[in-house]
Amino acid sequence: MIVLEAAVFLLVAAGGTAVVLTRNPLNQAIVASFYGLILGIMFLVFQAPDVALSQITVGAVALPLMIVLALAKVRALGGGKGGEQ
Amino acid sequence: MTPAVRRLVFLAAATVAGALLLWGLTGLPPYGVYPGPYGDVLNQVAVAERKATNVVAAVTFDYRGVDTMGEEYILFAAVIGVAVLLRAQRGEVERQPDEDAADRRAPATSNAVRVLGLALLGPVVLFGVYVVTHGHLSPGGGFQGGVVLATGALLVYLSGEYVTLRRVRPVFLLDLAESAGAGGYVAVGLLGVAAGAAFLENVLPLGQPGALLSAGTIPLINLAVGVEVAGGLVLLLSEFLQQTLVLRRPGEVT
Repeated sequence: MIVLEAAVFLLVAAGGTAVVLTRNPLNQAIVASFYGLILGIMFLVFQAPDVALSQITVGAVALPLMIVLALAKVRALGGGKGGEQ
Repeated sequence: MTPAVRRLVFLAAATVAGALLLWGLTGLPPYGVYPGPYGDVLNQVAVAERKATNVVAAVTFDYRGVDTMGEEYILFAAVIGVAVLLRAQRGEVERQPDEDAADRRAPATSNAVRVLGLALLGPVVLFGVYVVTHGHLSPGGGFQGGVVLATGALLVYLSGEYVTLRRVRPVFLLDLAESAGAGGYVAVGLLGVAAGAAFLENVLPLGQPGALLSAGTIPLINLAVGVEVAGGLVLLLSEFLQQTLVLRRPGEVT
């Protein structure tokens, strides 16, 4: 069990670092979605399935969706050029 | 501020913050040790007292029901705020969504996405209903189930087209669900007052632990929250899509 807990901690640390290191907002939304999923797994490993479900629905689905839709609107306004490669 | 000064300020602030963090960490209980009495007490009495096998639901919707009501209204206010911010503003015109326009530029949905989305729609809605209605028995509840239900609308958008979503999205019903869910929570709370007990007191028959109809008011509140969250999120989604795909200011890139 301790191995699993250590592994999931490392995953969370790696995921958080990946979110920070991704500079393009659109890519960042997708990476943040994966990070939300990893956080959900962490809550599951620590025996909090209720919180894990909330985390997955909000962190992996709702939040990235809102970010992507907002980015689409910003791009339509012509202000998203900084974010485009 | 030159970069060198900025780095110096950052290093000083980081040192102080790091020291405070380390100091706080030394005061924490050892890894895996739970010193608070409430969790252990609840684990022992919740199933006997409330007949809810999911102790978390017993806490959030019964013992701490007023807190959760506050949280529900935070979400309610947030959805209303977004709807107000994203409303059609003066000078914005509706244009046809790309999919409808004669010179359409939106890429057609691939058949793989379409089939997968439609195949997932039924199971996702069923799973959402399951999560909402079994909140007092197993992990889940109105909030999580409501978001899963709202994902169904997202699947319709992904696998069909925006115009399809506009057709299956009756705004009146969404508003109704959003408000009925928010009002339903208070209504369940007033049941307690009507029965001569306190607000949000669990006055309904509790039944047998593990049965679908058990735990008194907890499944009712779960249902109210589920309806509110599902309605609110679909409303959010459609407001965002409306802004992104339909409304244009004069001179804006279409």
